Formats: sequence, structure tokens, C-alpha cells
Amino acid sequence: MASVTLRNVQKRYGALNVLSAVDLAIADGEFIVLVGPSGCGKSTLLRMIAGLEDISAGEIRIGERLVNDVAPKDRDIAMVFQSYALYPHMDVAANMGFSLALRKAARQTIAERVAGAAGRLGLEALLARLPRQLSGGQRQRVAMGRAIVRDPQVFLFDEPLSNLDAKLRVHMRAEIKALHQSLKTTAIYVTHDQIEAMTMADRIVVMHDGVVQQVGAPLDLYDRPANAFVAGFIGSPAMNFLPARVWRAGDEAAVVLADGGTLAIDAALPVRDGDLVTLGVRPEHPRIAASGALAGEVAVVEPLGLSTQLYATLAGQQVCSLAMGRVAAAPGEPIRLTAEPGDLHLFQRETGQRIG
Amino acid sequence: MIAGRSRAKRRLAAAGLYAAVGLYVAFALFPLFWTFKISVTPQSLLYGEGITVWPSAATLDNYARVLRATDFPRYFLNSVVVSVTTAAIVTLVASAAGYSLSRFRFRGKAAVAFLLLLTQTFPLVMVIPPIYRLMGEIGLTNSLTGLIVIYTAFNVAFATFLMQSYFDGIPKDLEEAAMIDGCTRVEALRRVIVPLTLPGMGATLGFVFTAAWSELLFALMLINSENQKTFAVGLLTFIGKFAVDWGQMMAASVLALVPACLFFAFLQRYLVTGLTAGAVKG
Ligand SMILES: Nc1ncnc2c1ncn2[C@@H]1O[C@H](COP(=O)(O)OP(=O)(O)OP(=O)(O)O)[C@@H](O)[C@H]1O
Ligand SMILES: [Mg+2]
Repeated sequence: MASVTLRNVQKRYGALNVLSAVDLAIADGEFIVLVGPSGCGKSTLLRMIAGLEDISAGEIRIGERLVNDVAPKDRDIAMVFQSYALYPHMDVAANMGFSLALRKAARQTIAERVAGAAGRLGLEALLARLPRQLSGGQRQRVAMGRAIVRDPQVFLFDEPLSNLDAKLRVHMRAEIKALHQSLKTTAIYVTHDQIEAMTMADRIVVMHDGVVQQVGAPLDLYDRPANAFVAGFIGSPAMNFLPARVWRAGDEAAVVLADGGTLAIDAALPVRDGDLVTLGVRPEHPRIAASGALAGEVAVVEPLGLSTQLYATLAGQQVCSLAMGRVAAAPGEPIRLTAEPGDLHLFQRETGQRIG
Repeated sequence: MIAGRSRAKRRLAAAGLYAAVGLYVAFALFPLFWTFKISVTPQSLLYGEGITVWPSAATLDNYARVLRATDFPRYFLNSVVVSVTTAAIVTLVASAAGYSLSRFRFRGKAAVAFLLLLTQTFPLVMVIPPIYRLMGEIGLTNSLTGLIVIYTAFNVAFATFLMQSYFDGIPKDLEEAAMIDGCTRVEALRRVIVPLTLPGMGATLGFVFTAAWSELLFALMLINSENQKTFAVGLLTFIGKFAVDWGQMMAASVLALVPACLFFAFLQRYLVTGLTAGAVKG
């Protein structure tokens, strides 16, 4: 087990800047999830940690050791690929034992370690099969088994669950998490699925266009997103965004929406009268109230049983509101909403940076 | 197999399918059969009986004469030496070149690929005179080594593309997984990639072997001494000034098929495709 430290890590392909100046300190035993939309550079970053991709600038340390110029095989890491990358000409046992065989481990040791990993993952009955004789889910397990047989310093996962069906994905998610809790090996996990990130991570790293947007515990990111991108990416259904202008007079402050609707905001926020902002509201926060300051019209009502999702047209925009239980409302009806100052997020209109 | 409403209809469809396949096989194999038929027809019956599917009497005399009374065994050996050596060298070179074209990015890669392709566009007759001069200069006319050099040069471009496409078909992830598991690039190549490329290498080996085995033009141009002839050139010795000895010529041809058949029988287990199945998701 080891910590992983990235300092000013960059990646360029010719003139194309794929990763700009990533700084990240991953503690020993931590489960870190890299998340972001397709093409943001998650895989590239992971592959640089693995040593499969050169580093254009900066340094990567595993434990105390600088590994910039260390070959993948000498970094003492294990990786689970999105495609699983099982060796097609070797049976499951040989696939799992390959790394130990390369290290000239004794036959007996290899057999024991493979049996141990197979036991953990329920693969005992499949050890003599070839990869092509396995289902997708079984292949995924073998790929996991191949990684844990090693007992490496760091686990790297590149979207290991994205080829599984939804149900199996949820199951494996919990299983990987449990595995990490018992092995306590540092893990870096790439996904584009924010729910996977929220449920598995000790800390999430949100990336966008090759830039780290925010690093933090799942609920910190949810409650205090550093910018509008993180706010919109984390959480499902996604946060509502409405353009607004700040109104300020003495000790009072509010935001005014496009249609003139007004919501009070925390007066301590560093905003001036007339500032252009983006108002962010999570779906669970708008409350339906006859005295609500925001007037709109119900567009769609989706009763889910446990909760109800209601879409309303407000200041010319669709706003999602999530309420527990049932809501008596029908499309076309007028509706009034309100929200507490403490539940509002404000972002600078221009830069998207969080104001508060 | 074939969706059909009733059993009878399905039977009919299957029968049609087999008839079509049978017809195709018969069409492809007919020249071979005819060659074989003439090789076992006694000289006396060849012109006497007219065109028959099978002669009224069959004999192995032609074979006996080819093997005992002509230089054919010598030609044969020459052909085996030239073809096997060429196939082995080309497969090794093409595998290395195909691997680097498939896996590495290097300066001038596009130019190399283009030049390789360009070599495939010259008509042979255009290059024969300069090659003849060249080989004469360096003393490689009338030698099997000369033939091996020429055949290697002419086959390596196509074989490289063939091998490249095989390497392209093997996911890069496999090598990378092996490198993380503890292999150097060379070890990953040897332990993971080569075993998976054996079908491709087998196909290339077979392709080049056949091309060299049946090559006539260069062999005819560059070889004139009796003991360096390959069998393709040797076949022409059956065409005399006044008559063609069809029986012996066909017997020699059938014999020439034997090594080619043996070679492919040996290769067959490597030619099985789908070896990479199961490497990735699915
Ligand atoms: N060899 C390359 N040459 C040029 N650009 C590349 C190369 N490899 C990757 N890129 C670019 O780098 C960026 C990051 O790619 P990367 O594979 O890391 O994305 P990702 O975040 O893993 O996306 P996904 O979720 O789709 O897997 C992409 O814009 C991609 O086009
Ligand atoms: Mg990726």
C-alpha cells in the first residue's frame, strides 16, 4: 500500500493540451474516483500513473518513489481495464497467476494465491475455463481477480463496470467497495458515472477539459460545488440553473429572475447590486407554497410512488422539483414555488465560479 | 440454420445449398482431377481413347519414370529449399515490420507504408531486365540464393500488410495488461502477442510458400544450369522439340502438389481463426 502524489502533471499530444497541471495528493488506502464527461482526460491521467503513457511535464510519486521513468512492470500496480484484457490463450487460473509466474513465485504459492482470490470472487468453478467460455460478468470478475492476486501498492480501474448491465453494475459496485474495505489498498477508479463516484469514493476528483475542477468528499461536492460545472455534473436529477441579477439594499440581498420573481439570499455573500449571476437550486429544494415568490406553470408531473418529480416552467425555463410523497398538481395549472436562502447556490455568470 | 415455414421447405433449402456448394467445389477441383487422370493414363491410351472421365486402364508408369529417369527429384529439392527459406525469412521480417507499423508511432511511418504499397504497383516485366543486370553484377544469377533474395523482396511488402492487419486485430490492452503484470515490451510480445498471432503467421507462411513454389518468371530468367532448376522450370523440360510428354508432365505436377498439401496440413491448426475471442468484454 502506498500514497500517490501528482505534482503539476501535464500531457500534450503535439500542440494539443490534454491535461493541464494536475496536482493531487492521494493518501495511503484511499479510494479515489476520477469522474468527468467523455474526453476530459480521465483515462489519460490513469494511464500516466500506470506508466502506459509518457508524462509531458511534472512528477508522479508512488509512496516516496519518483516513478516518472519507471516501467509499468516495476511500479507495483495492478490495473483493471474497461475491456478486461484477459489473455485469450490462457485459462482463468493462468490469467490470474500470470503476474506471479512472471515474478518467479513458487508453484505452490501461485496456486494458493489464485485459489484465495478465486474464493473471494466466487470463481472457484471457473478456474480451468478459457476467457471465451465466460459471460461478460464472469470476465469482469476474472479481471478483478487478476488484480487482487498481486497484492499491489495501488489498484487502478478504468471504467471496469461500464460493460455490465445495470443490475450487475450496482452489485459489483458494492462488491468492489467491500473488497476495498477489507484489502485497504489505495485505489484510483475512473468512471463517467457520477452515481458510481458518489457511492464508492472516499474523495472524488471532478475533471473537465483536462482541468481538475474540484477534489472532495462526495457530499462536500454535492453541498458546496466549486463551480457551475461541478454543480451540474454531480447530482441526479441535475441542479436547476436560472440566470439572475443581484439586488441589494442595506442589510438585505436578493436575486431577481428574468420574469421579476425575487428570492432572498444570504446578505453576507460578497455580491454587489446589479451583479449578473447564475442561480443554482437542487431539485429537492424548491418548495411548493401558495405564498411562494416564484410563479410558474406546471409542465409535467412524474409520480414515482416514493417521490414525485414535477417540472414547472419558470421565467421561461424548465425547473425540476422533487418532493417526497404525492403532489396534487396537473399540467397547465399555475404553481408557486419558494426556496430557503441557505439552499441556494450562486455562481458568477461569466466564469461559473461559486460565490456562495 | 435456415428459417423456413415447413420441414419440407427447410429440407429443400438445405438441398439447394449443398447443391450449390457441391457445384462450386467440383468446378474448383476439376482441373486437379484432370491432371491426376492424365498422369495415370498409359501413353498408348492418351490419344487413342478420346475424351473419357477415366481411362480403361490406369498405370503408375509415368510416376516411376519421372522419379527414376528424370532430374525431377533434384528440381523438387531445389523448390523446397527456395520456398521454405523464402517463406521463413519473409514471415519473420513481415512480422517484425507489421508489428512496428501496427504499434509504434515514428517519423516517416506514412512514407514507409506508402513506399511498400508502391512496390506492389510495378508490372513484373518492367523490373526483370534491371534485376537481371543487378544479379549478374553481384554473381547471384544461376543460384538458389539469388532466387531466395528476389522472392523475399517481392513478397515482403504484401506480407507486411497482412501481418499488420493481424496485429491490428489484437487489442492493445492485452499488451498493456501484460506490461503491468510484469512483462517488458519484448516479453509481452513473446508471451501474449505471438501466441495470438500464430494464425496470421501461418497464413503468411502459407501464402509466401505457395507464391515461391509456383513462381516461374524469375526462375526461368535467372537459372539455366540443370542442377539449380526449380520444379516449375523443370516442368517445361517435358515440352520437347516435337512432342509434349503429357503423362510425365502431369505426374510431375501431381507430385509437386504433395509438399504444398503437406505444408498446409501442417499449418492448418494455426489457421484456425477466432483465437482472440474472449479477450475483451462481449
Ligand atoms: N494518441 C492521442 N493523440 C491525440 N489525442 C489523444 C490521444 N489519446 C487521447 N487523446 C485525446 O485526449 C483526450 C482525453 O482522452 P481520454 O481517453 O483520457 O478521455 P476520457 O476522459 O478517458 O474519456 P472517456 O470517458 O470517453 O473514456 C481526448 O480529447 C482525446 O481525444
Ligand atoms: Mg476513458
